[in-house]
Amino acid sequence: MRVSRFGVAMAGALAGGMFIGGHALALPEGIETVKVAPPSKDHPLPEIVSGWNFRAPETQALQSDDFENPGFIWVEQGAELWDAVDGSEGKACASCHGDAAESMASVGAEMPKWSEAKGKPINLEQQINACRTERMGAKAWKWESGELLGMTTFVRNQSRGTPVNVQTDGPMKPWFEKGQNLYYARVGQLDLACANCHQDYYGKRIRADLLSQGQSNGFPTYRLKWQKIGSLHRRFKGCMKQVRAKPYKVGSDEFLALELYVNWRGEGLPVEAPAVRQ
Amino acid sequence: MKFRFKLGTALALAALLPVAANGAAMVAPDGVQIKDGTVAGSLTGAAGDPAAGKKWFVGRKLGNCLACHANSDTASEPFHGQVGPALDGVAARYSEDEMRAILVNSKQIFGDATIMPAFYSIMTDKRVRKEFEGKTILTAQQVEDVIAYLKTLKE
Ligand code: HEC
Ligand code: HEC
Ligand code: HEC
Repeated sequence: MRVSRFGVAMAGALAGGMFIGGHALALPEGIETVKVAPPSKDHPLPEIVSGWNFRAPETQALQSDDFENPGFIWVEQGAELWDAVDGSEGKACASCHGDAAESMASVGAEMPKWSEAKGKPINLEQQINACRTERMGAKAWKWESGELLGMTTFVRNQSRGTPVNVQTDGPMKPWFEKGQNLYYARVGQLDLACANCHQDYYGKRIRADLLSQGQSNGFPTYRLKWQKIGSLHRRFKGCMKQVRAKPYKVGSDEFLALELYVNWRGEGLPVEAPAVRQ
Repeated sequence: MKFRFKLGTALALAALLPVAANGAAMVAPDGVQIKDGTVAGSLTGAAGDPAAGKKWFVGRKLGNCLACHANSDTASEPFHGQVGPALDGVAARYSEDEMRAILVNSKQIFGDATIMPAFYSIMTDKRVRKEFEGKTILTAQQVEDVIAYLKTLKE
């Protein structure tokens, strides 16, 4: 009667693979693989699989073509903002960082990074706002605003195809552990942890949704349900709300730690931003 | 004076005790006894309504059992889950009292690692959203309704 967790995970993994095989679809544009081996034996997943793999063929197709992908509206908006002068210092991002294709080629795969100045990790949204407030004399963009989403998506898109690789040792270690605890903490009236769904049952249908591993490599992600692009922290909030838990705030230390840990769970997967999801 | 105070207390207590439709006292979530994988007897003192139970079974805001369990009897509903076993013929596998224990607190039956929520237990210190704080997912009546419905799934 007791279902073996490992058995379920393996069955799920197989289902994920068949999904691609069954439809023989092109991989997402700019991406060479949606599945990689875990970097070590102690990794909690037997294989690391992008969320793309679990989506319906129509949704996959939207991401596989940059002209169809609605997320590119935000990439374009970000590109314009990159060159736009703003704030009391009369500078644009480009004034200091030049061509984003070069200067931002890998940072999207390495966030959150340790910030010596702040004495804590900093993620992409926070780094963008730090440059605005501390170096441009401009106002911080609000979380989930069109500007911050546009810039975050534009910068992350420069790293498309680059394998996720985050620092988890040294000063990052306590943050990694905090994120890990949050990932396995049961919360809400339904008393569920991230791992209950995304580790134990990925590849299985939960009502209308095929459960993925809850990977972050596609963020910011265009969601058909939202009819817009959304940040990783917004997605975290949604997952906590659906188990009837009080979510943490976007940009909070808790979500920052969770972001670091979730990114680590997807280490080696190429960045896909902007991904398209249901 | 003394007499009136006592009477008042008694009335207040009576108001606090949840009372089922038929007048029998309901078993509160922290008063349910799970013994040998069973909860003996109805939580409300009466049998549930299978038609209502079927509604709670498919309802997304209530049991949402279908999110995780397939069930041929509700084949007209789209999207059956694959997380738990199909519930076809569940009444042949479990007694009523066993099903009640599974619904009240699945963790005591399947172990702490189960994904199946406890439908008649109160979660404390779990960051429960305000509107659900101090509440069970299903009421005692709804648990009995679902059980009455599960009892119809004989094959
Ligand atoms: C006045 C110069 C200046 C401007 C203008 C500026 N930055 Fe920066 N930026 C820096 C410096 C210096 C760093 C190095 C890290 C630090 O100390 O903050 C940096 C770091 C970064 C990083 C992290 C790079 C890495 O490899 O870790 C990102 C991303 C970034 N900036 C994005 C932006 C964006 C987007 C804008 C425009 C909204 C912008 N910056 C505007 C100076 C600037
Ligand atoms: C009740 C099950 C459930 C729980 C618990 C849950 N999620 Fe999810 N999550 C989903 C579903 C369903 C989706 C949408 C389909 C999919 O990608 O799995 C999703 C999607 C995601 C995605 C987007 C994946 C992508 O490829 O776009 C991320 C990231 C995520 N979840 C992270 C988390 C984190 C972190 C937690 C814990 C705070 C969590 N989830 C808890 C069910 C759950
Ligand atoms: C989030 C997923 C989930 C939800 C929602 C859920 N269950 Fe379950 N249920 C399971 C899993 C998984 C099992 C198998 C035991 C295990 O592995 O923990 C199970 C087992 C059962 C069993 C035993 C079945 C058997 O044949 O052994 C019954 C009965 C049951 N559930 C009834 C229900 C009812 C009724 C509801 C709605 C009120 C419900 N479940 C909601 C996941 C769920």
